[in-house]
Amino acid sequence: MRYSAFKILKEALTGNRGWKPVWRHPEPNPEYDIIIVGGGGHGLATAYYLAKRFGLTNVAVLEKGWLGSGNIGRNTTIIRSNYLLEGNQPFYELSLKLWEGLEQDFNYNAMVSQRGIMNLIHSDAQRDAFVRRGNAMRLSGADAVILDRDGIREKCPFLDFDNARFPIQGAIWQPRGGTVRHDAVAWGYARGADERGVDIIQNCEVTGFQIENGVCHGVETSKGPIRAKKIAVCVAGSSSRVMEKAGMRLPIESHVLQAFVSEGLKPVIPGVITFGAGHFYVSQSNKGGLVFGGDIDGYNSYAQRGNLPVVEDVCEGGMAIMPMIGRARLLRMWGGIMDMSMDGSPFIDKTGIDGLYFNGGWCYGGFKATPASGFCYAHLLATGAPHPVAQHYRLDRFLRGAAIDEKGSGAQPNLH
Amino acid sequence: MSQPNRIAGGQIDDKHALSFRWNGRNLTGYAGDTLASALLANGIRLVGRSFKYHRPRGIFSSGSEEPNALVQLREGAAQEPNTRATMVELFDGLVATSQNHRGALEWDLLAINDLISPLLSAGFYYKTFMWPKAFWEKLYEPVIRSAAGLGRLSELADPDIYDHGFLHCDLLVIGAGPAGLTAARAAARAGCRVILADEDFRMGGRLNAETHAVADMPGAEWASATCAELASMPNVRMMPRTTIYGAFDHGIYGGIERKTDHLVDSAGKPRQVLWRIMSKRALLCAGATERSIAFANNDRPGVMLAGGVRSYVNRYGVAPGQQVAVFTNNSDGLRTAADLEAKGIAVSAVIDARKGDAVIDTSGRKGLRSLRLNDGRKISADCLAVSGGWSPNVNLTCHHRGRPVWNDSIMGFVPAGDLPPGLSVAGAANGTMTLASVIAEAHDAAKMIACDLGHARGAGKAPTSSDETYEASAIWHVGGSPARAWVDLQNDVTTKDIKQSMEEGFQAVEHVKRYTTLGMATDQGKTSNTLGIAIMAAASGNAIPDTGTTVYRPPYTPVSIGAFAGRARGKDFRPFRLTPSHEWALANGADFVETGMWLRAQWFKRPGEAGWRDSVDREVVMTRASVGICDVTTLGKLDIQGRDAAEFLNRVYSNPFLKLPVGKVRYGLMLREDGIVYDDGTCARLAETHYVMTTTTANAGTVFRKLEFARQCLWPDLDVHLISTTDGWAQFAVAGPNSRALLSKVVDSMDLSNEAFPFMACGECTVFGGTPARLFRISFSGELAYEIAVPARYGHAMMGALMQVGEEFNAVPYGTEALGVMRIEKGHAAGNELNGQTTAHMLGLGGMVSRKKDSIGSKLSERPEMIRDDGLRLVGFRPVDRTQMLTAGAHFLEKGAPADMAHDKGWMTSVAYSPELGHSIGIGYLKRGGERFGETVRAYSPVRNQDIMVEICSPHHIDPEGERQRG
Amino acid sequence: MIIEHPLLGPRDAAEFVYLGDAAMIDRPDGMTVDDTGMHDYMYLRDNPAGDIRELWYHEQGDRSWLVVTRNTITHEITKVELARDVARRSGRSR
Repeated sequence: MRYSAFKILKEALTGNRGWKPVWRHPEPNPEYDIIIVGGGGHGLATAYYLAKRFGLTNVAVLEKGWLGSGNIGRNTTIIRSNYLLEGNQPFYELSLKLWEGLEQDFNYNAMVSQRGIMNLIHSDAQRDAFVRRGNAMRLSGADAVILDRDGIREKCPFLDFDNARFPIQGAIWQPRGGTVRHDAVAWGYARGADERGVDIIQNCEVTGFQIENGVCHGVETSKGPIRAKKIAVCVAGSSSRVMEKAGMRLPIESHVLQAFVSEGLKPVIPGVITFGAGHFYVSQSNKGGLVFGGDIDGYNSYAQRGNLPVVEDVCEGGMAIMPMIGRARLLRMWGGIMDMSMDGSPFIDKTGIDGLYFNGGWCYGGFKATPASGFCYAHLLATGAPHPVAQHYRLDRFLRGAAIDEKGSGAQPNLH
Repeated sequence: MSQPNRIAGGQIDDKHALSFRWNGRNLTGYAGDTLASALLANGIRLVGRSFKYHRPRGIFSSGSEEPNALVQLREGAAQEPNTRATMVELFDGLVATSQNHRGALEWDLLAINDLISPLLSAGFYYKTFMWPKAFWEKLYEPVIRSAAGLGRLSELADPDIYDHGFLHCDLLVIGAGPAGLTAARAAARAGCRVILADEDFRMGGRLNAETHAVADMPGAEWASATCAELASMPNVRMMPRTTIYGAFDHGIYGGIERKTDHLVDSAGKPRQVLWRIMSKRALLCAGATERSIAFANNDRPGVMLAGGVRSYVNRYGVAPGQQVAVFTNNSDGLRTAADLEAKGIAVSAVIDARKGDAVIDTSGRKGLRSLRLNDGRKISADCLAVSGGWSPNVNLTCHHRGRPVWNDSIMGFVPAGDLPPGLSVAGAANGTMTLASVIAEAHDAAKMIACDLGHARGAGKAPTSSDETYEASAIWHVGGSPARAWVDLQNDVTTKDIKQSMEEGFQAVEHVKRYTTLGMATDQGKTSNTLGIAIMAAASGNAIPDTGTTVYRPPYTPVSIGAFAGRARGKDFRPFRLTPSHEWALANGADFVETGMWLRAQWFKRPGEAGWRDSVDREVVMTRASVGICDVTTLGKLDIQGRDAAEFLNRVYSNPFLKLPVGKVRYGLMLREDGIVYDDGTCARLAETHYVMTTTTANAGTVFRKLEFARQCLWPDLDVHLISTTDGWAQFAVAGPNSRALLSKVVDSMDLSNEAFPFMACGECTVFGGTPARLFRISFSGELAYEIAVPARYGHAMMGALMQVGEEFNAVPYGTEALGVMRIEKGHAAGNELNGQTTAHMLGLGGMVSRKKDSIGSKLSERPEMIRDDGLRLVGFRPVDRTQMLTAGAHFLEKGAPADMAHDKGWMTSVAYSPELGHSIGIGYLKRGGERFGETVRAYSPVRNQDIMVEICSPHHIDPEGERQRG
Repeated sequence: MIIEHPLLGPRDAAEFVYLGDAAMIDRPDGMTVDDTGMHDYMYLRDNPAGDIRELWYHEQGDRSWLVVTRNTITHEITKVELARDVARRSGRSR
């Protein structure tokens, strides 16, 4: 069923009874060509692109809960391609280009809203680092502009220009960055994959892998065994506990990241703003709530909830740059499980086991990567070779000394 | 006529009248009123508009669960959007306005949305607004955004102060209704330290709203007396106006206390206090929240929760209408009629769904006028008290991701077994619904807790009370009309939306929530979630337990963001760290720059200097010509002592350290364990077993942390001890050809000749006739230079004394900018170069990493990608056109190569204007840079609108042989 | 969170800095370990969903390193030891 304004009008006139289910609820077949483990943003995107771009539809997505229940279901919805390193920036720029065409591609309004992302600068050293990054962005074909104080004030007059502990000196601005309605991304990809024949099996947890002589033939699940030629894992924060069933240890630690939303307010924040001298970033959703967050709590966790010091730290950061938000109220706080990698960059790779593939290590930045991650993972599964922009996302890069370390923090996940 | 709906009685003070303004109208209420009760007393029913359809909305409840009566409270910078009128304590001078309407509240232009509601069904926006593509950004989204949100921020800085506080106790009792008061009293009498917190300004919970008797007196009176008793006990802290909003790890609870929200202004006092309460045990006595029933047009102003109606009648002395009907599906709703009649308010009908009667529709767009029943009767009413049953307030029990379980006998979700450790539940929050059993349960729970904690004193006896049974029924949704029946009043979610969403395949409770937005408004579904789940269950044919709930998350009710930030506002966001010479610098024309939390002098302005370049160029010229003094206290200093100190240093530095002689300093290259350069600094051997290590300013703390890790965890039996002395010693660089001459007049009886104290010498000494000091002959500027350290308390005096002695040499103070120019002229790596992605090879220091010993990082520094011949190298640059200024952050491209990432050859890390050379210089990383001196490349910096050719050269722009520092 | 320091009693976790898995204590000898051994020490983690032994540094207190046994799903802490004691027990010395 194709969605459009005409369809809405037609249905409105006939009592809204003709809407078809967005996806089926099938039981799993005994075998598929490809099994994707994980029905979150990346898994659903992979299934979609396998079907749409590579014509592979004998595919199942296995999701242990309800589809989109992982980090795709609770994140701060930011999209951007403002990375520094050659191993990263072309990938994220591809992702941004895919975002730009996404709604027309999968006929679902994901509210891709490119109202810009502004990273504030508070010191000369920071400015130099952002200039380096902005130039890298331009070299990758992305957009980047350095703003001075007046340029910032024009867009965001409510920022603290006069009484800040770390005065705003400038900003780097990516006009094409912005936000997307996260649930709609999961639903759009799921619907698109499902209508092309992909089976999305919810409430189906992978409990083991069928591995013999270094070859993976399928998975054990809560709905019984399922065989496949290729098994593609993408379960974000659960990566270690799933891959452990295949006998693999990963360069990943699972950490809690908290995020927050305020009560709904009339429009006040024009785009995404990040604070450069503290841990805080904010945007305003189309429902009016301010969506904001900051740093990870810092300790390993699968609890999907965090503690108070970060809440205070994030709100301090918010008040430091926009003291008007003191009168807004924090409505809800969440925690998710982040797959923090040893260099802050992800993996999209084969494993040492034939037929078993791994996609993970997205840290807290997986949402913006959703289209490119799905596309590149599909490319790898379909062709056997990595897509050029994802060619550095290898599990063995630490053996070779080829870390992709944007922050320069080294092999300590909680510093990325 | 003033306050037409006011009736006698209640816990308001009708001798104490208060004036307030609502939507520009001057009105009167009484002390003890909320804004909601005062509005109702004045006959005002229409108070807002719903989110999507902009339907008229009236006051629905009397508590923090209120979904409709959201107002903009106060004006100007103190303006606070989305404030529940039911939770605003009325004060004289209060100003409030309604929100979320275009034009007047009564004539909201956006009410047109209601007319086109079939177009706006659940999830409609996902199915459209996609074409034409450009229209999303230019038209659709701006319109959607301007219609979204409810209240408005003033965009002015929050004028209030917020404090943070910490409390410890044996037992935190959450909620001061009958359960909480009983429990607090029992535990306190037994000897526990008790904190009793309640969100209301008047403790007592439902006792204040009902007519039950406790201990042979009216419930409200008993509550009052019990509060007085508790307040008099030294081991009890009473916290009214305090919401316990979250249960965190290890018995830590978050509380928010409203200190001045009930006053016309905060008069400089903290408006709210954010409490972190560490309690050994906690008892949740949060009661239950009533829910509605879904029937057509159940959302009109005048349709209210029955418990709320009783609250207005009994506690606030307000008749919510002149003709009140009652519609209930349980035994509790019936008492409403009795309470109304006791106050002389006409009851037009009592409709009991358990008997098969039902309200199937209502009329009265801006305020209820009449009801239609299923037997065809039409009943006049201007207020309909609805009771769909009570949902236990289990929220805090689920903050550790527990889920409640369904209980058929009370038709509600109750706490299950997986509670946060240390938390128990008593009363209606636990599914215990009748007064006598609530009191008994709370009393027993408190006694058990007191016993567990070892408090043996008697807890006394629980008070007696009236009792009755509670009968609930599974009547959630009434049919019989095609019109919409509301579930979520604020987000405009109807039973049709729920059904449609399930038909569209959104069947899991979380999918329904997100697709319809049920329970996602500011009330987080307090009055609607359970009803919604029941309707989902009915629609899917599953039982309610199989449908389940969504996740409960803090905060229980929304908390001002200002409260979380507390005092860390403006300049107090982070502390200032000041150097020992800060006051001297301030008095001598310094401009300061932040370096982390430090303030350092950036340059020292002299009268007549137009811009910072004048000052910095002068400081560089004068230092290189004669002598300059710079406060370098901020660089990390570690004091390392022990018999194994040399061995320890040999393992943490990648270059050799075992044979460093006493009295000598050595440059130390410190790698991270992954082989990346972490920090560089110097290490001075003052005595056989005594070293002083320096680090960069930024890494002072983290280097210390890493060394302690190595000391305690890797080599626990090495005899070595560390202490940070960064703040203990004031340290000054004295640099320039006259530095020796200057210091000879400062340092007591020490031979500073080049033979006696050569380059890289160090030693303890005294200055100015006996003040202890340490002298290091090291040079960052490349000139003949020293660093002299005195205990920090002498720092200010030392700066002044050095400058005074230096007068004869025209000594200049220099700041971080001149420091930077000089080190760039010399090609020394600093923060911009050591950015966590740098290898020793990139710095040209690969040879310094010893292969003959195991040291931190040496093994992993040999990984193939890190020692490539064609890798980045640190080299120098100058503009081909010497009049051009280089910019940091420019990327290098070959002339004629495409400007893309594949052809990126490196980047410029640091730039400066060199007064000595008379042009801009830079250093940076370039692939194969070391082999390319004399060649040119393009320095490409589009974000700075610059694209120029630069010449590659040695990073040591001046005095490359290092002769000056050895002189 | 609250960490029961073996010497100082209960302390707020905010006084500490977190490193990661206590396996970091088992640093191999850089002169004898092979490339894979050092890589695995540095980069691979168990990352359990359950009890983990992890390193916390009491930066705003006595600067001791502690090994804390904590459940990563419930955050319950069941044991706290001085890291130096743990290191010595596993044979680390000079």
